[in-house]
Amino acid sequence: MSIDIQPKHKPEGLEGAGYFATSLDKVVGLARANSLWPLPFATSCCGIEFMATMASHYDLARFGSERLSFSPRQADLLMVMGTISKKMGPILRQVYEQMAEPKWVLSMGACASSGGIFDTYSVLQGIDRIIPVDVYIPGCPPRPEQVLDGILKIQELTRSEAIRRRDTPEYKAMLATYGIE
Amino acid sequence: MNTTELFDHLSEKLKSQFGDDFIGGEIQYDFPVLIVEKKRIIDVLQFLKTTPELNFNFLTTLCGIHMPENKGSELAVMYQLHNMVENWRIRVKIFMEDGDTKVPSVTSIWPAANWMERQEYDFFGFKFVGHPDLRRILNMDEMNYFPMRKEYPLEDGSRDDKNDKMFGR
Repeated sequence: MSIDIQPKHKPEGLEGAGYFATSLDKVVGLARANSLWPLPFATSCCGIEFMATMASHYDLARFGSERLSFSPRQADLLMVMGTISKKMGPILRQVYEQMAEPKWVLSMGACASSGGIFDTYSVLQGIDRIIPVDVYIPGCPPRPEQVLDGILKIQELTRSEAIRRRDTPEYKAMLATYGIE
Repeated sequence: MNTTELFDHLSEKLKSQFGDDFIGGEIQYDFPVLIVEKKRIIDVLQFLKTTPELNFNFLTTLCGIHMPENKGSELAVMYQLHNMVENWRIRVKIFMEDGDTKVPSVTSIWPAANWMERQEYDFFGFKFVGHPDLRRILNMDEMNYFPMRKEYPLEDGSRDDKNDKMFGR
């Protein structure tokens, strides 16, 4: 029995016996996408759903994120899961600033994305008021399948990102709108 | 001793000890509530704690109250005490005018009141005189108002998705 294995994300390129040529962008993107190190910033029930996502049944490791990084300096992906109070805002921002480029941010659930039901004086009404967000996952809390879908969306962004994007004036201007140099 | 007997007993005690500085009280939700003058609150709590037969040696909690409709006594502080030997639980309240928010600190009687008083300062703006470290405890340090006072809205003013278009308000 032979199975015809097709790599799903094989980049376009020139192929022949013993070699494969493509652009550096695509190779780097491929490598980054399949080895993201997430930093879970979990503050409430969304964090519990994320634990299920990490555990054996849903198994985030299948998508190259076997290793969670609890140090921002070694993480590629900041996953914000749960209510962020205004008092915690500066801490979240500091964690984001400590991450090395390239970095991505995933906002999981209604609270992180918009404040959710906590429309109150003490709660930050969406983390995108202090840091830029790449992917939002809706839900209260979202199911593990949705978290996996969000990670795959991040992988798509990662795979297709131009290698010099983080050096462009547009990117710097975008960060400047958040007051991050 | 049931709640009514306890209330009568304590009223009598406080009346004879503090005279007119003991304002009165009532039983609310099966709890004796005793109201006293603000300036004597330290003496009253010290008396309740140290008198051997009363022995209210545990400060369960302390909280602020804001009722803007009570003209002249808009603000209140409630002290909930517990006699752990007899299992008596009471509340002592002091009332004050808005603008006269200086309250004697009870940290000299119960050091545990430290964080409780910081919380009431944080939410209502009571100035606890004699508190060793009166600063905000729960809200962010940059907050420039006292959010549990009724003149401030509960909702976050910066939110813009709850407009008439979305909710038909």
